[in-house]
Amino acid sequence: MADRTPLLSVTELSKTYLSATGPVEAIRSISFDVYPGELVCIVGPSGCGKTTLLKCVSGLLPPTSGTVTLDGAEVTRPPATMAVVFQEYGQSLYPWLTVRDNVALPLRARGVPRAERAAVVERALEEVGLSHVLRTYPWQLSGGMQQRVAIARAVAYQPEVLVMDEPFAAVDAQTRADLEDLVRRVWKDLGVTVLFVTHDIDESVYLGERVVVLSASPTVVQEDLAVDLPAERDQLGTRALPRFTELRTHVYGQIQRAKRGEQVGAA
Amino acid sequence: MTAVRRTLASAGFTLGLPLLLLLGWAVATRSTTTIYFPTPARVGEAFVATWLDPEILGRDVLPSLGRFAIGVALSIVIGIAAGTVIGSTPWLRALLEPMLEFFRAIPPVVLVPVLMLVLGLGDTMRLAVIVSGSVWPVLLNTVEGVRARDPVLVDTSRSYRVRGALALRYFVLPAASPQIMAGIRLCLSIGLILMVISEMFAASSGLGYQIVFFQRQYMIAEMWSGIVLLGLVGVVVAAVFHVVERRVLHWYHGSREVSRG
Repeated sequence: MADRTPLLSVTELSKTYLSATGPVEAIRSISFDVYPGELVCIVGPSGCGKTTLLKCVSGLLPPTSGTVTLDGAEVTRPPATMAVVFQEYGQSLYPWLTVRDNVALPLRARGVPRAERAAVVERALEEVGLSHVLRTYPWQLSGGMQQRVAIARAVAYQPEVLVMDEPFAAVDAQTRADLEDLVRRVWKDLGVTVLFVTHDIDESVYLGERVVVLSASPTVVQEDLAVDLPAERDQLGTRALPRFTELRTHVYGQIQRAKRGEQVGAA
Repeated sequence: MTAVRRTLASAGFTLGLPLLLLLGWAVATRSTTTIYFPTPARVGEAFVATWLDPEILGRDVLPSLGRFAIGVALSIVIGIAAGTVIGSTPWLRALLEPMLEFFRAIPPVVLVPVLMLVLGLGDTMRLAVIVSGSVWPVLLNTVEGVRARDPVLVDTSRSYRVRGALALRYFVLPAASPQIMAGIRLCLSIGLILMVISEMFAASSGLGYQIVFFQRQYMIAEMWSGIVLLGLVGVVVAAVFHVVERRVLHWYHGSREVSRG
């Protein structure tokens, strides 16, 4: 892995908000690399600045110091080769546009010709199993289906990096399992690099090829852990593996230490 | 069977109270001797004789309604255009907001003499009177609607690089449209009032002029029939607005029903 060049590099990123009551240090210093074609999960205790980190990575928020580089270029505004799936699926879809138009709008912004657009949109919706709801409005769909539309929009955008910010935090457990498998499938089918943020330890181990564990705020990287589970994963088999249990227990322990403020990091 | 009954019931609700009021009016004026409160039949006669007369229709009614339509259309266009610019530019909004509140608080009627001085006595002045009052609800509602965009949708649009004219058409204006439509509803009723007022000063034709003329000539039934006509125009305008609003905001009403249901 070390002989490849990273696609996405986060280097000594820090973010301090200026609030009315004084500065609030959300992120102290975060560094990690993501290599082409990887699926990396970022997990951390709640309130550790995961969303802040993702906003900096996706160019929506300028960091206080440190850099994010994508493809060798510093990210200062949303890059053209990155797609984002937000946690709040209900608010991230345009309610006045149909499912099809929601998926098509970013392609229009990029200047993709109409005929090609229609084909790409159709394929993306097929990929997420929603080809039957083209003309439906997002608010007529269930939460899980809305998040599928958001994933289809990201897929249709054909990004190099797909960034997902706790996308399944607000859906029920069964839907969540389906969506997790969908993310694995999309990742494999498209060969896209995925950065997946979650607060769910099991989810991070089940999905990721690597798990970056963040500390409590002010946030640093607590551990960068390779997940040596088989590439083919399924909800029953993988979660029953002894290695899965070991990994999740390990990450759980790290999070608990992180909450208590112990720095274990390199040890 | 039930469909017929439902239609009858709905017609009953729509027309019931107006008919009742008409009946009350007829009863109250049955044996009256005062000329100020003519019977409904007398007002109805005056209505047909006055407002359906092609000469008056062409000279007074249609030009008035034309000025109302143009004035309101100008208010909507100016209000949305300026409101979008102000609402999406924080420093401009901070700069203009106190001044906008100041101008909005001025009753347009007191501006009529000033506008007469500056713009003369023609249609331009009358349009200016209509716009000077009816532009504010559209403008201020657009500013607020454009400003209060959902932050998640702002991030979504930014990260998918939906910008410029495309963002305006598919994000900014639709997001503000519920508030813009509420502004337009107010704009229409203010516009109708100001249409009448603009014709009460230095005018020789128009609906407002005719009503004042009848009043001064003691043509009381004719005067009342003009007031009835204004009310009917208001009802028609409201009905048209309702249809347009349902179409423009179908997603808004739909999503609200879903979240409630």
